[in-house]
Amino acid sequence: MARVLLNLPRSAAKGAVIEIRTLIMHPMESGFRPGMNGTILARDIITRFTCEYDGEVVFQAELSSAIAANPFISFTTVATASGTLSFTWEGDNDFRQTETRSLTVT
Amino acid sequence: MRWLLLLAALAAAGPRIAAAQPRMPPQAVAQPRSGTQDMSRELQAMQADDSANPGMLWVQEGEALFHRAEGRVQKACADCHASLTGVAARYPAWDDRSAAPMDLAGRIQHCRTEHQQATPLAREGEPLLALSAFVAGQSRGLPLAPPEDSRLAPALARGEALFRQRRGQLNLSCAQCHEDRAGLRLGSALIPEGHANGYPQYRLEWQALGSLQRRLRNCMVGVRATAPAFGAAEYVEIELYLARRGAGLAVEAPAVRP
Repeated sequence: MARVLLNLPRSAAKGAVIEIRTLIMHPMESGFRPGMNGTILARDIITRFTCEYDGEVVFQAELSSAIAANPFISFTTVATASGTLSFTWEGDNDFRQTETRSLTVT
Repeated sequence: MRWLLLLAALAAAGPRIAAAQPRMPPQAVAQPRSGTQDMSRELQAMQADDSANPGMLWVQEGEALFHRAEGRVQKACADCHASLTGVAARYPAWDDRSAAPMDLAGRIQHCRTEHQQATPLAREGEPLLALSAFVAGQSRGLPLAPPEDSRLAPALARGEALFRQRRGQLNLSCAQCHEDRAGLRLGSALIPEGHANGYPQYRLEWQALGSLQRRLRNCMVGVRATAPAFGAAEYVEIELYLARRGAGLAVEAPAVRP
């Protein structure tokens, strides 16, 4: 399991815009770099990040080779109702990790 | 590679630059200036924000390792150490058993082999960096306070001599850049005073966390000198001198640097 840092409010007023910041530990090996023995290292990157709010996709990003290691993704959404936010990173070599956080809307 | 060429150009132009620039007195670092002060505002914000500082990923990993039972005696670091606040600010320190100075990573290694009776961790490997980051992070904000220990004096003197010794094909010493030319530029990069208050640190160039020894190795390779293996006494002696030189600076580990 890759280490993840998630920063989002635990509660928000209904209709408020909340900022969500995510950071995940990942090498993001580009697939273009030679290794110590001169052969090209196989690509190993996160290709897709998805945030679902109670099952509905509210933010999605496609990541590519030019993105640095340990990608930081920041975005906003509108707090509509109390529920669960789930964050999923998917990538090469069957990489898949999901984290969930609950949000209370008042 | 371009910066290496620039470094070569600087070395070639060395005498001329020295003539054009008034040399600062040797004790130019009377009031040490942390590299943070010369970073862009964006990088400063990245370092200060625990949810944006990638070094915190290693701190998190280190905390997990700190609480994991290891070795033949199945003891975790946390079974002996409740809090390590301020400890990292006092390293490198004298080690009685080996009768030599020891840096923080060396101490963690020592605890691991002696008290946990576990296999040693690789220097510059992820688990040791993570543990170092977790321990060093507990001293954040505290001033670097190198121990006043007379037994450290010979190693400290050797460390200073190494800092001032010209080395490599480019024939440059640490002091020539980080004292005489601190605040000037090497290509587009600002030359910092080179203080050791943020290690282990996350360098954007590395895209990873690295120790002070890795940073020293970086500079040595940069001037085309032979860099000793990680863990060598030579590194610890330089670390010792750097701690003395930057005494009073707030610990920033895990710092973020370009």
